[in-house]
Amino acid sequence: MGLFKMPSLGADMEAGKLVEWMIAPGDEVKKGDTVAVVETQKGAIEIETFEAGTVGKLLVEVGETVPVGTPLAEIGDMSVEAAVPAHEAVPEPEPGPIAPPAPVAAPTLIRAGRHRASPAARKLSAEKGIDLSAIKGTGPGGAVTSRDLEGTHKAAGQKAASASGVDFTEMRKAIGRAMARSKREIPHYYLRHQIDLRAASSWLDEYNGSREPSGRLLMGALLVKAVALSLKQFPDMNGFYENDAFTPSDAIHCGVAVAVRGGGLIAPAVHDTDGLPLGDLMAAMRDLVARVRAGGLKGSELSDPTITITSLGDRGVDEVYGVIHPPQVAIVGFGTVEERPLAADGTLVAAPTVIATLAADHRVGDGRRGALFLREIEKLLQKPEAL
Amino acid sequence: MTKDVTYREAMGRAIRDAMKADDRVFIMGEDVARYGGTYAVTKGLADEFGEDRVRDTPLSESGFTGAGIGAAIGGMRPIVEIMTVNFSLLALDQILNTAATFRHMSGGQVGVPLVIRIATGAGRQLAAQHSHSLENWFAHIPGLRVLAPATVQDAYAMLAPALEDPDPVIIFEHVMLYGRTEPLDVSAPADLHFAAVRRTGTDISLITYGGSLPKTLEAAEALAGEGIDAEVLDLRVLRPLDNVAILETVSKTRRAVVVDEGWLTGSLAAEVSARIMEGAFWELDAPVGRVCSAEIPIPYPKHLEEAALPQVDRIVAAAKAAMGR
Repeated sequence: MGLFKMPSLGADMEAGKLVEWMIAPGDEVKKGDTVAVVETQKGAIEIETFEAGTVGKLLVEVGETVPVGTPLAEIGDMSVEAAVPAHEAVPEPEPGPIAPPAPVAAPTLIRAGRHRASPAARKLSAEKGIDLSAIKGTGPGGAVTSRDLEGTHKAAGQKAASASGVDFTEMRKAIGRAMARSKREIPHYYLRHQIDLRAASSWLDEYNGSREPSGRLLMGALLVKAVALSLKQFPDMNGFYENDAFTPSDAIHCGVAVAVRGGGLIAPAVHDTDGLPLGDLMAAMRDLVARVRAGGLKGSELSDPTITITSLGDRGVDEVYGVIHPPQVAIVGFGTVEERPLAADGTLVAAPTVIATLAADHRVGDGRRGALFLREIEKLLQKPEAL
Repeated sequence: MTKDVTYREAMGRAIRDAMKADDRVFIMGEDVARYGGTYAVTKGLADEFGEDRVRDTPLSESGFTGAGIGAAIGGMRPIVEIMTVNFSLLALDQILNTAATFRHMSGGQVGVPLVIRIATGAGRQLAAQHSHSLENWFAHIPGLRVLAPATVQDAYAMLAPALEDPDPVIIFEHVMLYGRTEPLDVSAPADLHFAAVRRTGTDISLITYGGSLPKTLEAAEALAGEGIDAEVLDLRVLRPLDNVAILETVSKTRRAVVVDEGWLTGSLAAEVSARIMEGAFWELDAPVGRVCSAEIPIPYPKHLEEAALPQVDRIVAAAKAAMGR
């Protein structure tokens, strides 16, 4: 079944001359039958077929010289090799003009289907969290280059792609709008006060010492609780300034600022903060942080904080001066809790302290009220067991 | 004080000033005295300094390079001129096995303060035995400092510090540079350490040396006409290479094409490219391109010689390819 071809009768044989056909179309042949005589440089040689079946067309005429591998005849079932290419006689080597070589490009390996991006673009995209497959490249071969990423940010290639469903571009715009409005409209005043946390620290150590990690408290919970309780006496810090008028809020919903992975900031509310026992408050704060990062914040949590607390945590700096989130009228900031020099009882000691700051709305009150407010927070933190 | 002079005059003046400044300096080579040098660099020096200090040698590169090494070891400051880099191969044994190695072999006792000036490169239809660029062969050898002055200023200013070097220095002078006229300030200091940015740009770095510098600058101008702002880095020192300059320019532009008249395979361009891969891979926005000579003996016919060498259009094309255009 197939083509009977000019065999190679030695490694040095390039072509052979057909001198005799010993078959004719229609003959039946079996494997091993002698079918033709071919003349080579080594003389005339009888050649046998490896194919069996009925001889079809003879493709080469007696007297022709053809290269090794040229089909000589059809034998047997030709259906698998339908098209028989016409053979060509051995070409005489012909002197002629040599084509100028095409400019040689360096060999490159390009895998089909693989999105091309330059090393610099890959590095940049990893840093910015950009999905390169969404970017149209302008580099060699359409590769994405670092320049193609200029002006893009996470959202460009990755709309609302964070686990929490947060659109980072929109979040940044929203923060920008709110903060610009705040700085434009709200006459901020600022206060700073260092608070001795020796009592709070030792109480916390004792409280945590007998508990599993999941039941332990962080200093942040005490700070938030102290603010919430203080607000009961300072309603002028807790509420909303809208339509040229301040409306204090009956409820105390402390907004706790949480950094969003990948950039951005959310300050969702811990509802009725003042009424939560410390353990519940800690759990509520942990839950909020987890939901900020994993998604699942409720609309009310985002919309109804009555004050904001921003706390820098362990890796922060000494103090933070917040920008009030309108329509709120105050933001309390806590820097990193650290040992600092503290003058107390006529001596100087190294003591855990925190620097509390207040940014408040001058349209609602004055610095004296703010100072009293910070003093009240300080006072409450000296009796942690009562928080 | 700057003055316009040719590269050839600058090099000749550098030799004359060095000979005036230091009695230990002398020059020898084929036809340097009575004929004034194959490229007329030493014209007039024999009259001025006499044939003791400007010495014609037999046609034996191995012999007179070896004599230069001996004189250097003996306390002289010889300048050996080799007519063309193809012939320097006859002296390669002396250069590699003796000049570059002696300090090491003698445990630091004996250095070879020798300067070898070698004409290199194609473009004058001198055919396949006088036209090659083998700078990379010498840049491969530890123990040598290899210089490629590409400007008139460097042609003058690199010689004096090369003579002060306690170890052998090879200076490659591209034959197509000898006739170029540029400003020269003989009082400006020279360094033998750093590459030089000859044109600043932001889009792509064209890295080159020696005889390819003028072509590369011309290509940069052509690219500017197409909105591509190319930086041109002149390596100047081929051994040791100024890694910092190479990585800095590439990190800035994120793209590089290396222009090198050597043959592509195993070229200096390959070395520069490898260093970019090692040191600046994550800065790159495109594969590093190379424009080198065709891998053939440099042909005699003018059109074929031109076709074999890096030319402005090929540099422009390579730069555009790296830009994705």
